[in-house]
Amino acid sequence: MRKYLQNLLLRLENVFNAPFGQALNPWYHLGAITFFLFWTVVVSGVYLYAFYRTGVEEAYQSVERLTHDQWYAGGVMRSLHRYASDGIVVTMLLHLLRNFITGRFHSFRWFSWVSGVLLVWLVYICGINGYWMVWDRLAQFIAVGTAEWFDWLPLFSQPLARNFLGQGDVNDRFFTLLSFAHITIPLVLLLFMWIHTKRMNNAETNPPLRLAVGTLLALLALSLIKPALSHAHADLALAPGVIRLDWFYLAPYPLLYIWSPGAVWALAGGITLLLLAVPWFLKPRMRPAVAEVHLDNCNGCSRCAEDCPYSAIVMRPRQDGRPYALQPVVDPNLCASCGICTGACPYSMPFRSNELVSGIELPDHALATLRVDVDHALAGLRGDVRVMVFGCDCAYDVRALQSEEVAALSLPCIGMLPPAFIDYVLRDTRVNGVMIAGCREGDCQYRLGIRWTKLRLARQRVPHLRRRVPLQRIECCWAGIQDGERARAALSALRARIAQLPQAAILEDDTREHEFKPGDKN
Amino acid sequence: MSHLLKYLGQGLAYALFAVVLGYFSTSPEYTHLPADSALVKLSFNHAAQRKKPCHERTDAELAKLAPNMRIRKDCPRERSDVVVELEMDGKQLYHVVLHPPGLSHDGAASIYRRLLVPAGTHRFTARLKDKEEGDFSFVREENITLAAGRVMVIDFKADVPGAPGFIFKN
Repeated sequence: MRKYLQNLLLRLENVFNAPFGQALNPWYHLGAITFFLFWTVVVSGVYLYAFYRTGVEEAYQSVERLTHDQWYAGGVMRSLHRYASDGIVVTMLLHLLRNFITGRFHSFRWFSWVSGVLLVWLVYICGINGYWMVWDRLAQFIAVGTAEWFDWLPLFSQPLARNFLGQGDVNDRFFTLLSFAHITIPLVLLLFMWIHTKRMNNAETNPPLRLAVGTLLALLALSLIKPALSHAHADLALAPGVIRLDWFYLAPYPLLYIWSPGAVWALAGGITLLLLAVPWFLKPRMRPAVAEVHLDNCNGCSRCAEDCPYSAIVMRPRQDGRPYALQPVVDPNLCASCGICTGACPYSMPFRSNELVSGIELPDHALATLRVDVDHALAGLRGDVRVMVFGCDCAYDVRALQSEEVAALSLPCIGMLPPAFIDYVLRDTRVNGVMIAGCREGDCQYRLGIRWTKLRLARQRVPHLRRRVPLQRIECCWAGIQDGERARAALSALRARIAQLPQAAILEDDTREHEFKPGDKN
Repeated sequence: MSHLLKYLGQGLAYALFAVVLGYFSTSPEYTHLPADSALVKLSFNHAAQRKKPCHERTDAELAKLAPNMRIRKDCPRERSDVVVELEMDGKQLYHVVLHPPGLSHDGAASIYRRLLVPAGTHRFTARLKDKEEGDFSFVREENITLAAGRVMVIDFKADVPGAPGFIFKN
């Protein structure tokens, strides 16, 4: 089932890839867009707060004044506040659904998943609380509905709904409490948003600028075309008849009356418990072995810790007596077994003649084995335009590209590839070009694999690709599981390009360069 | 894909996002109360009579108690159930037996019940019994005209001097 949904999702995302490109595809930035919408709500909310008055009459009137007397500012801000809040629900639920479909919720990701599920509740509490503040018929409907819903729980000595029986039952203090809650709950929400991203190194909390601008313009246009309006003033002597419901936040409320409050509790509680249990119920039977540190080949440079996408590596004081200050320690609960740390390690140097062991490695994907596999794959190549393809297990299967002239090897993540291996395969003209393939850009399974690979190849992040490696002999292709055509096109383009280049002396002279300096930082 | 087509595609995607937000933020409309209906809310808080009446302890009974427990009046804590009936035009609309809350069953019984009724003039009869024996202690009957969409609250107050009982607020 999930496989089918995954295929469907990949196709849908591909539709968006055409106009947006992989880097700007909104599907790859749903979490960051949610953060952006949150800040939009905060900024517009601060403006609204300056004009909001707490009181049974004043609350409604102040919102009406904002909406009509200063439609160009207050009205737009109110609409922006409303639509950005609705947008949060859309992007947040899509983010959750997407992570479920792509299987990004178990093992080392359980914490983000569980904190994300709790965030859903907080977002709904914030949104519903906001609707009360207008004190129109919709607010009245929600206030009474919420009270009736909570009265089902055996918690209160008197029914909460008794507080909304008649006009005199609601007083000005109630709105002071509501506005206080409308500051406090978003602050708690922000705290949980921080906790949600806590276990991620370089968490993306800001979408690309163009995506943010596009989203804001869309919301502004909507605010001008269809401004958010209030219902009539709340009147507890009258029952709300026909209501223009905000279905993003308030969809459960009609169910209170179609089913019963108990059924809605069962639904909300059931969905929550089910979602909370997902990381343990749907986890794979086998988990790949986590990274291991080899202190004999480690100088404590910290690069593995800096590049780890899930902060699974921390640097601790050295224990083995060697003259270095620090050593990496892997938290097995956080390790994704992506191998990005191996790609970051300066000891991942295939030119070494002695036993090849990196400072940090995946036991199932030892660097020595990778070098043997590379040598073996290259030995069988024929023809004039020979290419080595390094791919990623989570992306298009590059082994489908293999031929007499093309060798292909797949790694857990393309970020695991030490740049020195590109240098290694190009020496002695064993191949004429190298193709680097990974997940769709913006959708790296391990978040930072593509980003670090691009920076390493651009010589902007250590370990750099050595300057003697000519970049025109390297082609990067970010292709998802379904993107075979894209991968084949990239390979053809590379082969056509290198066919035009001289076939001898591929590597340029770079005697000024060193292979590795222990103190090297970015 | 040309730049123009790309921008058009992006514009379409943003427009789709805005249309979804704009539509579902107010539509489709939800009818909470049908046009020709009114709402009756039966709600009150009431502590029923004690199951057994208080009695004065004799000196012999007091002597058996610890010095700090020697209070002349002995009132058993447990209270009776509260039985409530509501009729509209001679037909029973609602009937409930409310048990007193608390570990000793000595709390005030509470009720909140919303009842959807057709708008128009109706004869409402509310009855309440809050003791172990006998018939209903409090009864109120009244003809009430409920406008469409109106909420009528039926409250109960036992401590209103001179006129304890049901209150119909329309």
